[in-house]
Amino acid sequence: MSGKVLMCGNEAMAEAAIQAGCDAYFGYPITPQNEVTAYMSKRMPEEGKVFIQSESELAAINMVFGASATGKRAMTSSSSPGISLMQEGISYLAGAELPSVIVNVMRGGPGLGNIAPSQGDYFQSTKGGGHGDYHCIVFGPSGVQEFVDTMPLAFDLADQYRIPVMILADGILGQMMEPITIEKKPRRKLPEKDWALTGADGRKQNIVRSLWLAEGAVEQHNYDLQAKYRQIEKNEIRCEQYEVDDADVVVVAYGIAARIVRGAVQKARQQGIKVGWIRPITLWPFPYEQISRAAEQLRIFLVVELSCGQMVEDVRLAVAGKAPVVFWGRPGGGVPTVEQVLEKIQQVTIHPKKK
Amino acid sequence: MMQKVFTRPQTLKDCPTHYCPGCGHGIAHRLIAEVVDELGIRGKTIGIAPVGCAVLAYDYLDVDMVEVAHGRPPAVATGMKRTNPDYIIFSYQGDGDLAAIGTAEIIHAAHRAEQITVVFINNAVFGMTGGQMAPTTMLGQVTATTQAGRDPAHDGYPLQIAELLAILPGATYVERCALCSVSHIRAAKKALKHAFELQLNKAEGLSLIELLSPCPTYWRLSPPDAMLWIQNEMTKVFPLGRLKG
Repeated sequence: MSGKVLMCGNEAMAEAAIQAGCDAYFGYPITPQNEVTAYMSKRMPEEGKVFIQSESELAAINMVFGASATGKRAMTSSSSPGISLMQEGISYLAGAELPSVIVNVMRGGPGLGNIAPSQGDYFQSTKGGGHGDYHCIVFGPSGVQEFVDTMPLAFDLADQYRIPVMILADGILGQMMEPITIEKKPRRKLPEKDWALTGADGRKQNIVRSLWLAEGAVEQHNYDLQAKYRQIEKNEIRCEQYEVDDADVVVVAYGIAARIVRGAVQKARQQGIKVGWIRPITLWPFPYEQISRAAEQLRIFLVVELSCGQMVEDVRLAVAGKAPVVFWGRPGGGVPTVEQVLEKIQQVTIHPKKK
Repeated sequence: MMQKVFTRPQTLKDCPTHYCPGCGHGIAHRLIAEVVDELGIRGKTIGIAPVGCAVLAYDYLDVDMVEVAHGRPPAVATGMKRTNPDYIIFSYQGDGDLAAIGTAEIIHAAHRAEQITVVFINNAVFGMTGGQMAPTTMLGQVTATTQAGRDPAHDGYPLQIAELLAILPGATYVERCALCSVSHIRAAKKALKHAFELQLNKAEGLSLIELLSPCPTYWRLSPPDAMLWIQNEMTKVFPLGRLKG
């Protein structure tokens, strides 16, 4: 695909996954990401790749597990309730250290919720979700082009660190059409998959497992996983910021909320309010350091999410009491408007005075 | 010089077993190892171990193996086979794995006609967790969770998975065998070999071999009596033979 094309996030992401060398897509239809399954059902066979509509999200994530265990690049996508069903498999992927890419086009919850955009799955994605001490790398793209650009990176990081990578989108990002370009990017230099199950032809048996019964073995496995997570924290944090240096107010938001915040900050600046924003791009590992640095000067932090406040807890951890942290958000499919965010910025700006 | 007339299959590792005395898993493992050797497919075979007593099957079977979430082997096998049509993929599943928590996965793998081989060990009880009722537990059978015997009014009836699968067009070969005597074990090996050959020859569809297998520990029987119980009792509810293909 060359030149600019107008595509919705779901289809653009799917095409980007194909260009990133995805060998297999497994998924179960769920709104608001049905464009992905439909698109993949047509495009994957055209590329000689695998598409299967699974009987459930449980099956989909385990098909990903199977393909990945043989060294193939595999992915699935779903929306919040379906991602909940996948948590068992994600924990196993983390335990068995299998590379995989999982896209969550979030909708309102809890339960069946609705099919409107939401950011209610932040805790689930960044703090585990399934059982055990593990992390996935989590991206929160804020536009269709970034959604597209995240795909090759997600597959590369999954392979490099042998880890499930989640992409947290939402109903708007999935449905919204934007002009984008999809380019085939060269892969990172990646380690050989000598652990993969390929038939023990002339070599020792390979075993992919997450069970270690010997005393102390799972403890050691966990220490090894944690060492890997520390490496990822060192190397892979991504974060964007805008006009933070002179700001009295720093708005922190990710994904589609950050798009709305951008508009509100622009308007606030036009009104002479000293406001900037920080946008975490990786939600795990989280840019604690960057936010902590911004908190060294006394200023107000305003966190805006399409939820009742989840990422705000990480912002508070980063700020560590050095500055006030105010939260404002709308849950369950409520989408903040630029005007609402602007009003919040105006409200929190009244009181603070720089030392 | 003495001539060697009987030896351990190469695909079966030379190591002590963790299975209980009289357990059928050892027999089933050996049969699979013999078939893999005889067909010369070790270099392209991938096995899937279940959650259950056989979770450590990879400690005995010297092929590439994976251990997966409870009940999900047919989905994992699907992911493997679809991306690697030339590999020989088999899942090894107990009655909890396949007939309880994994019913959706096995039915849909069969319904999609996945070209995989499923070895289903039916020993009418949950072994690893301490002898609780399985879907295949016999009526009246005493288990940790049916202490007065399985009562159909409360616990339902033994689930005949092989019969259920045999009606699906995507399941091409379904046979039930038993590991309760030399002749039965020979028949089981023949069935297993046929199932692997079908996959090797890229025959359409899924094959499933159900093996009635002894669990003397949780049947509270001696190993010889457990063999007799299979022959005299279990086969009444789970009749042996080729159901399809």
